[in-house]
Amino acid sequence: MKNKPNQQIKSKTGIIDNDQAEQGMSIIVKTVTRLTVGVLFVYGINVALHGHIIPGGGFAGGAIIALSLLNLVLAFGKDAALEKLSQTWAIIFTTLGLLLFMVIGLFGSGNNSILESLFQDKGELLSLLMIGSIPLLNIAVCLQVGAGIFVIFIYLVSLKPEADKS
Amino acid sequence: MIELYILLILMIIGAVLALEIKDLLSAVIITGAVGLCLSAAFLLLKAPDLAMTQLIAEIVLVIILVRATISSDSRVEQSKRNHGTFVCVLISLSLFLGASGYVIAKLPIFGKPLMRISRTYLSEALFQTTVSNAVAAITLDYRIFDTFVALVALFTGVIAIMALSGPKSNNSNKK
Repeated sequence: MKNKPNQQIKSKTGIIDNDQAEQGMSIIVKTVTRLTVGVLFVYGINVALHGHIIPGGGFAGGAIIALSLLNLVLAFGKDAALEKLSQTWAIIFTTLGLLLFMVIGLFGSGNNSILESLFQDKGELLSLLMIGSIPLLNIAVCLQVGAGIFVIFIYLVSLKPEADKS
Repeated sequence: MIELYILLILMIIGAVLALEIKDLLSAVIITGAVGLCLSAAFLLLKAPDLAMTQLIAEIVLVIILVRATISSDSRVEQSKRNHGTFVCVLISLSLFLGASGYVIAKLPIFGKPLMRISRTYLSEALFQTTVSNAVAAITLDYRIFDTFVALVALFTGVIAIMALSGPKSNNSNKK
């Protein structure tokens, strides 16, 4: 099995094969990805946590976090990204984000209403944490979107077209 | 206002090029350029939240398409077009443009009856929610049910892709 990828590196059309693309790209892409993936991850968390002060929000932050993992998949292959966040944990995070959103919405349901903002009148202007339910909802959206896009991408990568096999 | 028109013309040129070019990887990258121009247009129209989300979603889309293009064997488009398809597309496009022109002429003036609600949101959001980003206040406080349904839609997409891609043991047996 180990000789198989080496034989397929240069096919007759000169196009990268599926097995070689699974292992990753060239060393330039790997080095740049190794430098930038942590910065991307932290920037996603920053955008999601400051979603109520600066432009951005939970969706954009979660998508940036998913992008850092997608970069790992593109540069190093699928297994390197699954070491950081396994498939089971990604599905758990997706479900947990949606459940957190629903629980926060249910806690706020006081006056015959559901999905109402909780402790609405206790917020301070321009503070990071004590500002009501919107930062918590941003964190929930960030969890759900980031893990959800990662799960979709992992499942799309593991799909193999049946026409190539025959 | 002239920058917006330049961006719109660039987007139209890019979309036509992405359809017409033969190399699939170049078409994917031109699609990314069209999304970048759209993000800049949102920024010119003073919607930074939307510009950020559009930019990131475009990058995710381009990464998925690049991955799908690299892994497939045929990178060059091979199908030939016949003239019947072209005539059909032309007829349906002219029908669509005519119908949309008829509808657009009947629409009310932009923002005329709708500004009553959004003006209240924009003026009261800072005092009612103490959140300085008005877009976050609207999407996560006033219109929270829309956001909830959007999240449910994404979750349904995850579940559908998991169900469509078959059992997990099937992939590990092939390696």
